[in-house]
Amino acid sequence: MFMELGLKPGDPPESLNLTRLDLVEKIAGLYLSAGADIIHTNTFGGSPIRLSFYSLEDKTEEINKNAVRSLRKVVKDRAYISGSCGPSGRFLKPYGEIKPEEMYSSFERQINTLITAGVDIICVETMTDLREAELAIKAAKSISPSTPLMATMTFNSTPRGFYTMMGVSIEEAASELEKFGADVIGSNCGSGIEDMIKTAVEFKKHTHLPLIIQPNAGIPRIVENKPFYPENPEFMAEKAKELISLGVSIIGGCCGTTPEHIKAIRKVVDSLKDQS
Amino acid sequence: MDILKEITEGIEQGDDKKVMESTRRAVEEKIPPKEILDRGLIEGMNLVGKKYKTHEIFLPQVLLAAKAMHVGMDVLKPLFIKGGMPDRGKVVIGSVLGDLHDIGKNLVGIMLTGAGFKVIDLGVNVSPEKFIQTAMQEKATIIGMSALLITTMPVMRRVVELLKQEGLGGKIKIVIGGAPVSHEFAQEIGADAYGYDSTNAVEVIRELIK
Repeated sequence: MFMELGLKPGDPPESLNLTRLDLVEKIAGLYLSAGADIIHTNTFGGSPIRLSFYSLEDKTEEINKNAVRSLRKVVKDRAYISGSCGPSGRFLKPYGEIKPEEMYSSFERQINTLITAGVDIICVETMTDLREAELAIKAAKSISPSTPLMATMTFNSTPRGFYTMMGVSIEEAASELEKFGADVIGSNCGSGIEDMIKTAVEFKKHTHLPLIIQPNAGIPRIVENKPFYPENPEFMAEKAKELISLGVSIIGGCCGTTPEHIKAIRKVVDSLKDQS
Repeated sequence: MDILKEITEGIEQGDDKKVMESTRRAVEEKIPPKEILDRGLIEGMNLVGKKYKTHEIFLPQVLLAAKAMHVGMDVLKPLFIKGGMPDRGKVVIGSVLGDLHDIGKNLVGIMLTGAGFKVIDLGVNVSPEKFIQTAMQEKATIIGMSALLITTMPVMRRVVELLKQEGLGGKIKIVIGGAPVSHEFAQEIGADAYGYDSTNAVEVIRELIK
């Protein structure tokens, strides 16, 4: 969305929290009117380690605070605000160079700002390494034990089943994320809705926690120099019925999910509610 | 036990101490350095690459194996001082301008080094000019570009065009990869090959320099 509205290639989306809050607000408004119950902040890469890729780490507080405030201005109390907290983009020792305590304080700094600014939920998302997820979840829970915490990981389909890039299975993710203190667990990104249905089935086998599932609108292709996500709103909404019947509590969308997708899913959810 | 076997095992286990000690012992036993490199270190990474490809192991094990391989290579380097480490060709790699993601690109670097190539890693956010200048200066025959962001993929097209303008099309070959990149996209922009993952990148590069 940001790309269509003019985010420059090479600039992180979080930089718009400093320069173009009008765009952040506009997009939030579109998803709100589409019928979203929960809206994530534009802070996926808002931890200081990740922001340091763009030399923006000194702006951590401003970026995260602005994101929450502008979202609150738009949604007021008509939707819950979820503070998005994505991976650091660096590996922990021994695979990488980051010490656990550095990773922890990076997440702590971001999440503390998000919570102080008034998010309703924290969402630790797109994780591939359980140790990194653990540090983020623990940071959030030590800052505010009462703020609900959603934790989602990104799985790839392999001939041997679903695994994250770092080799975490769904079974492992389900038991560990719960142990770390997550209140809602699940998956986002990495695949379209059909693989996500399989992922949800697997999660259901291994957890009693509420599930959150946020698929991409398929795997993007480049058409005329622009990304094209193949799964349209009707397809996604139709398939969302299967997620609902599996007992998934929160259904959303990741990359390529437009307000029209959310609107279509909203319709399906409401129609099923009316029936019951 | 066969000392070279011990080196490959150390690589597979990501055990850098074992690799350092066994490589040193192999040198003391007067095994030719080239043989230690090929049948020890490179063979170890070859096995790691195969297991990674079949999802028997994942990124953490590959990263540890790569660290162990580099420890072994550091032991051998002084022995190759005349003429430098032998290599199977030079490859310039980097994530394209505007893209600061490096996990996939690093993995390609690891697999190429592990396969005996000399890798010149320009890091992230690399301009088209920088790719080409470096390839020319280093006399590399391959440029490998990575992009994770859809928005940065057009930079790859720019490199292909620039290379043609410099009259180097065909002399320096271009291989591209990254999550949103596809075989079709490679064909569309006129790149020489597409690697769908890090081990496949090594395979297509081997084909290109045949």
